[in-house]
Amino acid sequence: MTLFGIRIPMLASLVLWALVWEIVGRLDLIFLIPPLTSVIAAGFELVQTGSWQSATTITLRSFALGMTLAIAVGVPLGVLMGRVKVIDNIFGLWVNMFVSAPLSALVPILMILFGLGETTVFVTVFLFAVWIIVLDARAGVMQVPTSLIEMGRSYGASRWTIFTKIILLSALPEILAGIRIGLIRGVKGVVIGQILVSVIGYGELFELYSRSFDMERFWALTILLFAAAMMLSAAVEHFEKRIEYYAGAR
Amino acid sequence: MTKAALARTDGLQTVTSDDPVVQVRDICKKYGNLEALRGINLEFQRGKLTTLLGPSGCGKTTLLKIIAGLVPATTGEIRVNGRAVTGPGPERAFVFQDFALMPWATVLRNVGFGLELRGVESVERNRIACRYIEQVGLAGFEDKYPHELSGGMRQRVGIARAFAVNADVLLLDEPFSAVDEQNRRKFQEDLLQLVELEKKTFIFVTHSIEEAVYVSDRIVLLSPRPGRISRVIDPSIDRSASPDEIRRNASYLDVVEEIWQGLRQYAE
Repeated sequence: MTLFGIRIPMLASLVLWALVWEIVGRLDLIFLIPPLTSVIAAGFELVQTGSWQSATTITLRSFALGMTLAIAVGVPLGVLMGRVKVIDNIFGLWVNMFVSAPLSALVPILMILFGLGETTVFVTVFLFAVWIIVLDARAGVMQVPTSLIEMGRSYGASRWTIFTKIILLSALPEILAGIRIGLIRGVKGVVIGQILVSVIGYGELFELYSRSFDMERFWALTILLFAAAMMLSAAVEHFEKRIEYYAGAR
Repeated sequence: MTKAALARTDGLQTVTSDDPVVQVRDICKKYGNLEALRGINLEFQRGKLTTLLGPSGCGKTTLLKIIAGLVPATTGEIRVNGRAVTGPGPERAFVFQDFALMPWATVLRNVGFGLELRGVESVERNRIACRYIEQVGLAGFEDKYPHELSGGMRQRVGIARAFAVNADVLLLDEPFSAVDEQNRRKFQEDLLQLVELEKKTFIFVTHSIEEAVYVSDRIVLLSPRPGRISRVIDPSIDRSASPDEIRRNASYLDVVEEIWQGLRQYAE
């Protein structure tokens, strides 16, 4: 970005908005927006509290479990759908329906099924993340060039070897893209799940802070979550770029 | 036209030779109602480069893939070294039009992939791969990835891979069609050298008349829809001359012209 001929780094906009926030906060216009500096101070305080630490442990646990299951189910299902017509016909409609469905609406039903606890949150993470992983893995497997498979056959590869040495590796960039979007959706899932259940983890904290108008802590927690989600996505993106380097010919 | 330079067999009769390495017998191929190939009988001589030439839609790539065992024939039989084939085999190696390189693997691994699939251990595999990488003129590029190479260099990798498995028959499906014109000419010259050096049987598919006449010992002309053998031409061009002399040679130009006259009826 350039302004009056001077190059301005991207970070400048962040600093500008932080300043605006600080000024609005100092002016004491609305109680919802405390000054940013006090939010940050509250953040440092927050991470030292036992309630935040245990909430983080619970959140990470449900997230990790949900994502592990989503990847463990999503990738194989997507790969199978891409290779086997019958399986694609059985699951295709459902996957496409769920990938765009407002899944938050299902959480109350999950609460009835799994109770007001971690299990519900874990299932929510799974449901938020799994469908896009399935779809991307399927797309990756379907777009493996025919000539690469013929190449494997003509040099005497068995079906299994073609599958492991050619199809899976060829689909890897798409599979990873699916996992990255799945991770971001999973973060949404864990927060929405906890907020709706509202008695565990960050959901409980959010509920507590907003009800007691503790806006410093509320915003501190929000910023921490945003930062964590962005860092997670950046980490997978970094890994993806390395893989895509090898797949650069496409 | 100096017809003395052309030994030819007209019509649909079987072409025979003393030492056929690949025999094509009564091959027909149908895709549903579409008849792609009808009654193909051919023999390919050992150590020769035979070109399948014809307009698009004449089934030349289909015939090559049937010989490779990648596509099943509807009726008829392919024999390689006297044995009927039902699928791909180690005595045949295929070079693909779009190179078919694995983008995640280095040049070295791509060239050695055929050997890797045959369970050749890595030291031996890399030694052989390196030899052929050098032979196709890619020494120094062993650790590069396909997307770091030009189209012509990628196809050199494809050819080195086919050579590395030491097959009797090399099947080349329009190998230079995705390579630009300057590199194509250089490539054709290099191919002739490799043919000379390796003493293998080459079956070559192209739609370029000049290319066919320049590289082939024998040209099989196919007519389209359904694909049939319309003529077989032996260009008998003196290859001891320099490439530029060959391209100006009268008998070379005559053969090109004659093939064009035969094919122009199919041009749209």
